[in-house]
Amino acid sequence: MSDTHAHTVAYVRDTMLPPEVPPAAERGVIRWMRANLFSSWFNVLLTILGLAVLWSLLAGILPWFWNSVWVADSLSECREIRDALHGTGEEVSSACMAVITERWNQLLFGFYPQDLYWRPVAALIVFLAALGPVLFASVPRRLVWFTAAAPFLMYWLLWGGSIGGPLAVALGFAAAWGAFVLGSRFSGALAATIGAIVVPLLYWLLLTGPVAGLIGAVIPIELQFVPSKDFGGFMLSFIIGVAGIILSLPLGILLALGRQSNLFIINKCSIAFIEVFRGVPLIVWLLTASLLLNYFLPPGSNFDLMLRVIILVTLFAAAYLAEVVRGGLAALPRGQYEAADALGLDYWKAQRLIIMPQALKISIPGIVNTFIGLFKDTTLVVFIGLLDPIGMSNAIRADTSWQGINWELFVFIGLLFFICCFSMSRYSQHLERRLRTDHS
Amino acid sequence: MADTAMETGTGAAAMKVSDEVAIQITDMNKWYGDFHVLRDINLTVYQGERIVICGPSGSGKSTLIRCINRLEEHQKGQIVVDGIELSNDLKNIDKIRSEVGMVFQHFNLFPHLTILENCTLAPIWVRKTPRKEAEERAMHFLTKVKIPEQADKYPGQLSGGQQQRVAIARSLCMMPRIMLFDEPTSALDPEMIKEVLDTMIELAEEGMTMLVVTHEMGFAQAVANRVIFMDQGQIVEQNEPREFFNNPQSDRTKLFLSQILGH
Repeated sequence: MSDTHAHTVAYVRDTMLPPEVPPAAERGVIRWMRANLFSSWFNVLLTILGLAVLWSLLAGILPWFWNSVWVADSLSECREIRDALHGTGEEVSSACMAVITERWNQLLFGFYPQDLYWRPVAALIVFLAALGPVLFASVPRRLVWFTAAAPFLMYWLLWGGSIGGPLAVALGFAAAWGAFVLGSRFSGALAATIGAIVVPLLYWLLLTGPVAGLIGAVIPIELQFVPSKDFGGFMLSFIIGVAGIILSLPLGILLALGRQSNLFIINKCSIAFIEVFRGVPLIVWLLTASLLLNYFLPPGSNFDLMLRVIILVTLFAAAYLAEVVRGGLAALPRGQYEAADALGLDYWKAQRLIIMPQALKISIPGIVNTFIGLFKDTTLVVFIGLLDPIGMSNAIRADTSWQGINWELFVFIGLLFFICCFSMSRYSQHLERRLRTDHS
Repeated sequence: MADTAMETGTGAAAMKVSDEVAIQITDMNKWYGDFHVLRDINLTVYQGERIVICGPSGSGKSTLIRCINRLEEHQKGQIVVDGIELSNDLKNIDKIRSEVGMVFQHFNLFPHLTILENCTLAPIWVRKTPRKEAEERAMHFLTKVKIPEQADKYPGQLSGGQQQRVAIARSLCMMPRIMLFDEPTSALDPEMIKEVLDTMIELAEEGMTMLVVTHEMGFAQAVANRVIFMDQGQIVEQNEPREFFNNPQSDRTKLFLSQILGH
């Protein structure tokens, strides 16, 4: 076609070119290796160095793990078994994983009664099932009702006692809802909000006990009561961590909104709360929970230590989350607020439907970061005498039969935490991908 | 009411303006801190009128229409929209906002919702329209702005012109009696300006009350009943379009027109 046009400047394309696949050398493993590992003599050197470091690490760790002794009653028995297998001539590296298998139950459940282990396991299953409708879009929405009921069910499974207790507490939320609906029907949004806060608080402070007794009398279903001091091991960390995560997010969102509010008192209270809780180390708050709170509470009141810890961990994480969410709010263009206003959406509807879905999406990495931090910080409760996995391991290492063992326990505990934190991280990445709407 | 006007109104018949007052602004003043942005604004807009507001940047024209639905608060004077006075009463503000549609320079679609959800959100949550009905109405208006096939996409996947047409449809889904346009074509590529203007012309022909801040003088000549020229926070001149363009009175208007029409 170019023959006819070759001697003129004017040019008209008569066929459009279809796209073609790139040349073979630009694809595949060979190209990847050439580009990433061997692109220059310096990179060749770095590749060899990297492989050497990797090799020496694996050469140290793998035999240690591979030669593990899995069944023994004490560290000395572990060593005997190792020597019997590999001879005493040279020092063979070998892990004594028997400490994990022998103390498995303690590491996971602490001193929870052995015959009741099914209850924490059932609670875990309830928890995982309740996560479904919240975390994954493919699970039917209607199951959210199960998720709402799950915390009370889990509480009952873990601590036991009469079913009246958790039901009576759950009724408080129903009271809050009722107060809100009535308030917004007969008065303004402000009255509804205040009612939704004050009514359940009064109910919980004054009426929960009698109502629980009443329900317990009507529905005499009861599980054996397990006191908090028997809770321990990874179960303890998991309960504190999960409760903190679930409770701190809504509180953090409210604090972030409070900090942005034009209402003077709400604004200043939010700022004071955030700065005070963020500015003092968590360990100080935990010591406050375990020691000081007793001085302030009326004498004789027996306020569960674990509950106190959960509350303070929640408040601490909420202060961090508030700032993370505030960052997300600040990143939203003002036009989004204006468009919501211009359509006649009121403050709460605009927040719920337009602002928060976007602000939270932007904040996902920061939120998950805070969650992971909170989850790992639960190990600090060892300093106030709770027997979390670290506390358990201290007890085990003090036992004469396991004296001198270190690595195996910490590797195991680290692995448990890593699995949880890595899952959260992977889920957050999945969520970010799912919520991406800016491409086809 | 707006509904029937839209269905039946055609061409010349709809050009007739009623004497029913839609917006009444009296001695309105606004300050940003110490800066006096709007000075003694007096303006009466009749139902069915189409007003184009032009002027140099910083003259307060956007601020003026943003005061009408209380995106900006005025400090002195009175604004009455559809018989309701704008005050600090939140209920009145929300009521006015649901009667007054607004189209922004940067579209301000909700990026986390699909096109259809963008259009049904306010009818469902503010007007309490049943979802099915809201979706049918949304599809009706999306068809009207000629993009029904994009209903399930997200705003980020559409071109600027398409997004602005969705924004218009989103406002129309609330069945507003008045539409405000804040420089609706300023952020668009030249190729896309026309498709948005065509949509607005169609809307005008159906008798919608419109206040349009724009530099598109062709649009003003084609559909406006009245052109208002603003400078330094004041209404300098207003007239019907032919007179305004052919026979401007103030020197400031003449200078402005020569600058934007001169090239």
